[in-house]
Amino acid sequence: MENTLDLKFNYTEKKDTRSGFGDGFLEAGRKNPNVVGLCADLIGSLKMGAFQKEFPERFFQTGIAEANMMGIAAGMTINGKIPFTGTFANFSTGRVYDQIRQSIAYSGKNVKICASHAGLTLGEDGATHQILEDMGMMKMLPHMTVINPCDYNQTKAATIAIAEYEGPVYLRFGRPSWPIFTDPAQKFEIGKAWKMIEGTDVTIFATGHLVWEAVVAEAMLRAEGISAEVINIHTIKPLDEEAILDSVAKTGCAVCAEEHQYNGGLGDSVAQTLARNNPAPMEYVGVNDSFGESGTPTQLLDKYGLDAANIVAAAKKVLARK
Amino acid sequence: MEKKSIEQLEQIASQVRRDCLRMVHAVQSGHPGASLGCTEFFTALYFDQLNHNSDFKMEGKGEDLFFLSNGHISPVWYSVLSRSGYFSPEEMKTFRKLDSRLQGHPATEEGLPGIRIASGSLGQGLSVAIGAAQAKKIDGDDSTVYVLMGDGEQEEGQIWEAAMYAAHWKVDNLIATIDLNRQQIDGPTEKIMDLIDLRAKYESFGWTVIDTLKGNDMKSVVEGLEKAKSLTGNGKPILNLLHTEMGYGVDFMVGTHKWHGVAPSDEQLADALGQLPETLGDY
Repeated sequence: MENTLDLKFNYTEKKDTRSGFGDGFLEAGRKNPNVVGLCADLIGSLKMGAFQKEFPERFFQTGIAEANMMGIAAGMTINGKIPFTGTFANFSTGRVYDQIRQSIAYSGKNVKICASHAGLTLGEDGATHQILEDMGMMKMLPHMTVINPCDYNQTKAATIAIAEYEGPVYLRFGRPSWPIFTDPAQKFEIGKAWKMIEGTDVTIFATGHLVWEAVVAEAMLRAEGISAEVINIHTIKPLDEEAILDSVAKTGCAVCAEEHQYNGGLGDSVAQTLARNNPAPMEYVGVNDSFGESGTPTQLLDKYGLDAANIVAAAKKVLARK
Repeated sequence: MEKKSIEQLEQIASQVRRDCLRMVHAVQSGHPGASLGCTEFFTALYFDQLNHNSDFKMEGKGEDLFFLSNGHISPVWYSVLSRSGYFSPEEMKTFRKLDSRLQGHPATEEGLPGIRIASGSLGQGLSVAIGAAQAKKIDGDDSTVYVLMGDGEQEEGQIWEAAMYAAHWKVDNLIATIDLNRQQIDGPTEKIMDLIDLRAKYESFGWTVIDTLKGNDMKSVVEGLEKAKSLTGNGKPILNLLHTEMGYGVDFMVGTHKWHGVAPSDEQLADALGQLPETLGDY
């Protein structure tokens, strides 16, 4: 279907966002000798191996002990280090919520919690490993910055940017190969939304893997004479409320697309912003109060309604409510 | 730091006990029992052992660091921090009150000098101390990192993750102390969750373990900390089993879990203070 559409962004290569993290992590380590790494027995999965090889004295295998890893990371900041922790998103958040809350967020420590295999697109491993609540948990923590980039290039840029930012950060990325459609030389600005496509009828706010689906959805809507604005919300917190309100003031309605539960994700943040400032019809594209299951990423995105076709349907629904 | 005699340290300890009791009494809230039990340890650490700067910097480069894992005994820590120059003793009046830097459990968010991590939810302090110790190693900073844990706290699983890790990574610039008072909120540890033999457990994890059998005797506590320090740098983390009595120094509080988190009445405070000489002046 993509081949027959007039897409505003294109790609020639697909790559996993976790590789963007791994490459960004190595570059951050080269830039700043205070950057250190910790990983709970998933060095290959997190793509942290290149950093470990180049900086073995700054890399610590913690074994399968995530709570301890979070505490060690918090302790390392005390001598001025900038620790990056690596494990799956499920074990980076729910499993260690109290450790992050007390030793990192409440203590204001400069730890970067780097979480791979987020969302449904982890695929065949199934629901135990497919966390869909992580952004909600992390955004509720005072002081925590939450970032969910959309492709390899943006993830790499985000990883380099968070090393230069002082404060706790949750960085979320995924496992599947995904279109690379953003600029490799992009400047990543934490907290600044990116308006990718201008439009007038409806705004699509998307984050993570769903940004690509929003790009495809925009072309599908345009083919039917509907003008959609696409805004990439890579930073869930702090949220760029100005960008959200400016766009919805123009279009009058919104769709939020994310690989996360309705509850607690980007959609909730946008809904709060609109409700407080400029109430407008809004639809969610996400997982509605359900765990995932085993399947290929494509099958799962289809079954749980997280693709371009579902964004198009949501846009039409919300347009009808304007 | 000017070297103090055992008698001088004992005098400071008496004042620290008074501070703890008065803080908890003033707000009718807090944890006096283990604070009194650990008074010799905190006094020996801050007034004799720890190479630290009262000109507080969060990063703590080039100085020894201390982390309190069992954060509920904050009164004794606040007292020694204040009495060793981190902030005015007057500020102890604000303990556990609105807008205070002396939160019920220690917090960095309030910006109290001397405190580098929040604690209160148990089981996390050993991991944090290990991280700080490893960061010092990366930097070639040969200072020592200290951490205090409770004995009931050993029931938390994260401690054993940390114990395994510290030995594996040869974190030998770390001295962990367990306050072995054998009491927790609901009763004696042997009834709630028997710790059995902590020495054997930590040794089997690859630690060097020493006992400080008289944890409420200043000379023994200083000697225990000196012995622990002498064992650093040998490839193993060090555990100091500090045998204390909860509520030590006040005859009606000693040796029972009943004063874990209970404040004394006016009469009880007067009785307790009568047993403890005022040596540095009450705040």
